[in-house]
Amino acid sequence: MSTTEERLAAQKRLKYEKAGLDAIDDRLGSSGFLQKALDKIFPDHWSFMVGEIAMYCFVVLLITGVYLALYYVPSASDIVYHPTPGHGYMPLAGQHMSEAYKSVLDITFNVRAGLIMRQMHHWAAVVFMAAIAFHLCRIFFTGAFRRPRETNWVIGLLLLLSVMLEGFSGYSLPDDLLSGTGLRVVFSIVESIPFIGSWLAFDLWGSAYPGSALIPRLFVVHEFLFPLAILGLLTVHLMIIWRQKHTDFPGPGKTETNIRGSRLWPQYAIKSGALLMVVSGVLAALGGLFQINPIWLYGPYNPFTVSAGAQPDWYVGWLDGSVRLWPHWEFRSFGHEIANPFFPGILVPGIVFTLMFAWPQIDRWIYKDHAAHNLLDRPRDKPFRTAVGVGALAFFTDLTLASGTDILGNDLHIPFERLIEILQYGVFVAPLVAGAIAYKACQALQRTGTHPIMKPVGGVLIRTADGAYHTLGDDHGGHDGNGHANGHDGNGHAVDGHAVDGHAVDGHAVDGDGSAHNPEEDITEPAVGGAGPGDA
Amino acid sequence: MTTTDHPSVGPDGVEEPSSSAFYEDDDAKVKLHFGIDPHEPWPDDVPRGQDDSRWRFQDNPKLARMAELKIAFCWILTLLAGIGFAVTYVVGGQTQAEGALLAVGFLGMGVGLILWARDLLPGTEVTASRGSHNVSDRSKREAAAEALNRTIDPIARRPFLFRLLGLVGGVFGLAALFPIASLGDRPHRSLYKTAWGPGVRVVDQDNQPLKPSDIKVNGILTVFPENGIDDAQSSTVLINLGNAPFDVRPGTQGWNIGGLVAFSKICTHAGCPVGLYNSTTHQLVCPCHQSTFDVLKGCNPVFGPASRSLPQLPLAVDTEGYLISSKGYQEPVGPGFWNRA
Ligand code: HEM
Ligand code: FES
Repeated sequence: MSTTEERLAAQKRLKYEKAGLDAIDDRLGSSGFLQKALDKIFPDHWSFMVGEIAMYCFVVLLITGVYLALYYVPSASDIVYHPTPGHGYMPLAGQHMSEAYKSVLDITFNVRAGLIMRQMHHWAAVVFMAAIAFHLCRIFFTGAFRRPRETNWVIGLLLLLSVMLEGFSGYSLPDDLLSGTGLRVVFSIVESIPFIGSWLAFDLWGSAYPGSALIPRLFVVHEFLFPLAILGLLTVHLMIIWRQKHTDFPGPGKTETNIRGSRLWPQYAIKSGALLMVVSGVLAALGGLFQINPIWLYGPYNPFTVSAGAQPDWYVGWLDGSVRLWPHWEFRSFGHEIANPFFPGILVPGIVFTLMFAWPQIDRWIYKDHAAHNLLDRPRDKPFRTAVGVGALAFFTDLTLASGTDILGNDLHIPFERLIEILQYGVFVAPLVAGAIAYKACQALQRTGTHPIMKPVGGVLIRTADGAYHTLGDDHGGHDGNGHANGHDGNGHAVDGHAVDGHAVDGHAVDGDGSAHNPEEDITEPAVGGAGPGDA
Repeated sequence: MTTTDHPSVGPDGVEEPSSSAFYEDDDAKVKLHFGIDPHEPWPDDVPRGQDDSRWRFQDNPKLARMAELKIAFCWILTLLAGIGFAVTYVVGGQTQAEGALLAVGFLGMGVGLILWARDLLPGTEVTASRGSHNVSDRSKREAAAEALNRTIDPIARRPFLFRLLGLVGGVFGLAALFPIASLGDRPHRSLYKTAWGPGVRVVDQDNQPLKPSDIKVNGILTVFPENGIDDAQSSTVLINLGNAPFDVRPGTQGWNIGGLVAFSKICTHAGCPVGLYNSTTHQLVCPCHQSTFDVLKGCNPVFGPASRSLPQLPLAVDTEGYLISSKGYQEPVGPGFWNRA
């Protein structure tokens, strides 16, 4: 603000701003909240953006989805397709198909900008799931699920489930040959559930397979139930993050009780808005330039035709693979039977999700760590957890590969029978091997003790109103390699107030045992949790 | 949770700090949270200060001007892309162009915003206390517990009413679930039945009856019961094995007509149509999970997750020489279910 003119303009703006805020505050008393919100601090790390990317995929899904819903016809009634040249897809002329399938052909070929909306919608779903999977990995490997954030871990998993089901129901709406075949398998999986299977399947489908009730029901589920569930869960997810504040990686000057980053306004908000634009841009490029789910090539669904090389969307692949790899076991006795699809289709995902839901408890039990944490773990500092995570990824990879055995077998010139056998062993071997390698790699990384990014800097001093000094954590927080040990230590000083000492004031860091030392040395220190509260 | 003072050794071979420090007194619960001392006031986020309002190029008008130009360039790209998109739409639409133009538009907007925030808007990194948002101090907790208790007590004083409410709620809730049953038909015997039966003609996809000669050696055809093409349970494959020697399993004598055999087309694994026929090995492969059935051995599963043979349809020829089923399938077709065995 150099010139008087600018200063006057600023004063005038302030007057208007005040008037505007007054008008709102008179009614809502919102200024306190507003100021806090604008000032709110968000840590910056690229991996924290992944959750936002997922969120913005959802925004794109809602917008493109509303457009599609205006044209989609949720009906299984049989009709004959009569396209005219330039309006519709001639190779399917004269074929019987459901109204649903025809309406998707119409969106593709007759509605202007319909195809790009369709393809953006589908790409957004695929990227959404990828972002969620990555986000989950980030949360897992850094221990962000630990107290007090277990609730958000659970809500996150419910989101994951809802999004998977939302994606699968949407994938099935066009009633094309590919998705119809997938639904047939799902019917059989539901049917295989002990006691209630056939009743449940008939209640979901309305009658024996295929029936005509499913398409309109899927529409309700896909357009209403799951979007609502996702919206609700996401709201709670974000409210909890807002309340608890985001975690951060340990680093110089960072402690369990402080937070560093940029303010919500303007930095975070504008950059986040920019991320929405970038995500939308990438999805538009994908949707415009890369074909996805060309249902006109698959043809309309009928129960007796089949397309070889059927592939579900990637996030369902591991379930399909599980169904392919499970041996040909069934249990029959006392006039009842537990059919094969139950085990790979219900039991396996049931166990997988139970373990995932229980992980915060399991982790707490393994590490005997009941304390709350705002500072994240570096994956290397928790070799066992990292090994479990890498093993799980190997497990999912093996199953996902299994869902493409026919195609892979062709490409690799291996008979699919061999490939399936290899992958059957792989389900057990791959996680163990990958986990062991990860464990060793973590230990090796720990030994070098260096952090690829962080440089040691002195601790942060806070001078209180009455003139006393407190350290907010100390500098070895960045590289002692043990997030929570370091955290307690930092608090210990801050809370007990005994961190005030000459060295600290000199600008040197204060170590856990109270002696000052050269920050430079820390970088080569073996990364063991030697600075725990016991030492302090 | 341990309450010893010895550090325990975790699974990573690293000494874990003992958690006992957090269970020393009745403030244990509160201390669990980041070791915050419940008796000490904690400052909340630091308010915005003078530092906070500086921006990157504040002292460098030349760079600021450059940044402004870059941002303007990005946004003008967006403007042009928007106009381009509208024009593309009006002249009839073209998917690739629409995608590219939308992408340029969004990305221009996004990149411009990022540059704006980075170079020209206030915001240095700030460090602040997290405050005690996650934990209330003891007096608040106790006050809340007491407030709750004051209202719970009168409820607990009437155990009869309380239990009755639970019972009524449970029964009423269960009753409200009954309409779920109207979502679908009862399965009854429908999973055991198909449209095949004694004397039903075998037809092709166009509902045309077939004669044994219509299907040549090594040929395969998907067939249906007459007027039953829409019955998903009934689809059947007709295969002419020619002179290939095949097993006639006990109880299936006379179900074939020469080399002509018929089997359910619904995979016994998860119900996909078993459509891939290898006429040299005489195997049917299911495209879904690669279950493989040996047609020469009564469509016995020889590979993959299916554990049951494909049911065989007894064939015959009627007086006019057309193929018929001499009776329906003698077992349920398709995948298993609880009451099947
Ligand atoms: C619809 C899917 C989801 C969306 C849109 C979403 C969105 C977000 C966003 C925007 C954040 C803050 C930024 C970040 O840390 O990336 C976040 C944080 C978090 N999410 Fe999710 N999330 C989803 C699914 C999940 C899943 C599947 C999990 C784990 C099972 C999960 C667990 C968490 C946790 C524990 C936090 C707090 C992280 C911290 O403070 O470090 N979320 N989520
Ligand atoms: S449905 Fe045929 S193998 Fe699974």
